[in-house]
Amino acid sequence: MEFSKEEVEHIASLARLSLSEEEKELFGSQLSSILRYMEKLNKLDTRGIEPTSHVLSLSNVMRDDIPGPSLPKEEALMNAPDHTDKFYRVPKIIE
Amino acid sequence: MRYEAVIGLEVHAQMLTDAKIFCGCSTKFGSEPNTQTCPVCIGMPGVLPVLNKKVLEFAIKTGIATNCKISPYSRFARKNYFYPDLPKGYQISQYELPICEYGNVEIVVDGEIKKIGITRIHMEEDAGKNIHEGGGNYSFVDLNRTGVPLMEIVSEPDIRSPLEAIEYMKKLRTILRYLGVCDGNMEQGSLRCDANVSVRPLGQKEFGIKTEIKNLNSFKFVEKALEYEIKRQIKILDEGGRIEQETRLWNTERGITEPMRSKEEAHDYRYFPEPDLVPITVEQRWIDEINESLPELPDKKRHRFVSGYGLPEYDSDLLTSEKPLADWFEMAVSLGGQPKAISNWIMGDLMRFLNEDTKTIEECPLKPKQLVDMLKLIENGTISGKIAKTVFQEIYKTGKDAEIIVKEKGLVQISDSGAIEKAVDDMIAKNPKEVERFKGGEEKLMGFFVGQVMKLTKGKANPQMVNELLKKKLS
Repeated sequence: MEFSKEEVEHIASLARLSLSEEEKELFGSQLSSILRYMEKLNKLDTRGIEPTSHVLSLSNVMRDDIPGPSLPKEEALMNAPDHTDKFYRVPKIIE
Repeated sequence: MRYEAVIGLEVHAQMLTDAKIFCGCSTKFGSEPNTQTCPVCIGMPGVLPVLNKKVLEFAIKTGIATNCKISPYSRFARKNYFYPDLPKGYQISQYELPICEYGNVEIVVDGEIKKIGITRIHMEEDAGKNIHEGGGNYSFVDLNRTGVPLMEIVSEPDIRSPLEAIEYMKKLRTILRYLGVCDGNMEQGSLRCDANVSVRPLGQKEFGIKTEIKNLNSFKFVEKALEYEIKRQIKILDEGGRIEQETRLWNTERGITEPMRSKEEAHDYRYFPEPDLVPITVEQRWIDEINESLPELPDKKRHRFVSGYGLPEYDSDLLTSEKPLADWFEMAVSLGGQPKAISNWIMGDLMRFLNEDTKTIEECPLKPKQLVDMLKLIENGTISGKIAKTVFQEIYKTGKDAEIIVKEKGLVQISDSGAIEKAVDDMIAKNPKEVERFKGGEEKLMGFFVGQVMKLTKGKANPQMVNELLKKKLS
């Protein structure tokens, strides 16, 4: 299966990536080769085998409903590209 | 042409846990912004979410209470999209294999029972809160709510009118509150819903094209938005137009729904199984344990009120809408009150007083025993039903018992035939013209005469005796 230019652009826009024409070309062919590899795996006979959604054969790892300490506000906000003393600040979302 | 609306609701209920769904941050409402977050809920690289066991328990409880099948094997999925209130760039939710499926709840509309199917209930994390006001070219983000556990309860498209939608929402709220898994507070956003709406010509089997109305956070908005949207769609179809499949928002100020202005690529969420969380398996033994721990649920209670106390569906539905209200009623019945009489007093004056004072039944100053004692005074003829209304209000206001109020205010019913006869004679003497007309055949004047006698006795005359005496004297 080959990726069309439109599909590459769609995936890039979903990921909020802006790509140059060369990059679209390059990533398109790389993604296509990944899919071709998956095609090979698809040839395996998996009838009667449960789909795997997790590599560990564990289930029900849970915690109790007990609140613990949170980060100080200053530490939580410090990695954001922009913030005030209380909030994360982002470009206006709704007009 | 006549149309029929087809409505399905997706209800989001915040769960009443102390900690968030995948980390130990507090879920407390109303704290200072961005003080209840940690590397897990704000999506720092390399952290691992771990499921809060109570969230699973609450989802199972809700599933049992809505007659769902509890999935023996369930897992989480990632829903990928970008929005400033979603720090990870994906929401951990469930997609295939939700925890509960194939349920239903009963609603009562116009005294008739109707079943509304539940497609699924799944667990997911809430997003943060965006604040748009007062920031000029900026919006602000508070991530305290990020990771607060939610249940999404998805109904079948079984709802046919805004009224049914409200009744369904109310029933879910009642169930969630009985179970103690959600406080049902719509103002604070702990219960909110999205509505899928379409219309079709009456009798047609296929569904019409639907729109989705997002984020309705009060019963009134649900009703208004649905009414508007149904009318809007019918108008388009009547004019030969086509419904656009789209997401709309309810504009409270203008009272209309409008298309959501957004450039997001049409719902391309690329769900996939969440690799950071292991699957969930639920053993029947645990389901049984949870089942045994449940309180009597509203539908069962309602049926019992109908069959056990002989109450109409309407009364039973209202009395069981809040567990404390049902408890109040049953307490009064157990003290010897007649069920229908108690129900009438609760649904009439008591609810009105409580609403006026915005009090809950738990804060009610009038106790079940006080109502029952008052009912006994009516039964034994000490006070009339009319006077009882005054007495009831006094009990509510002062907390004093009925007997004391009746004595203090001299409200004892006059059952002394001599005294009543005198009042009747006085009345006849005062209204010779009316008496003449009555004798001439204007029988409806009887009501007027009774009223006049009651007036003369300040409402205290035994109405039955007044009636009998009047009939005797005027015939």
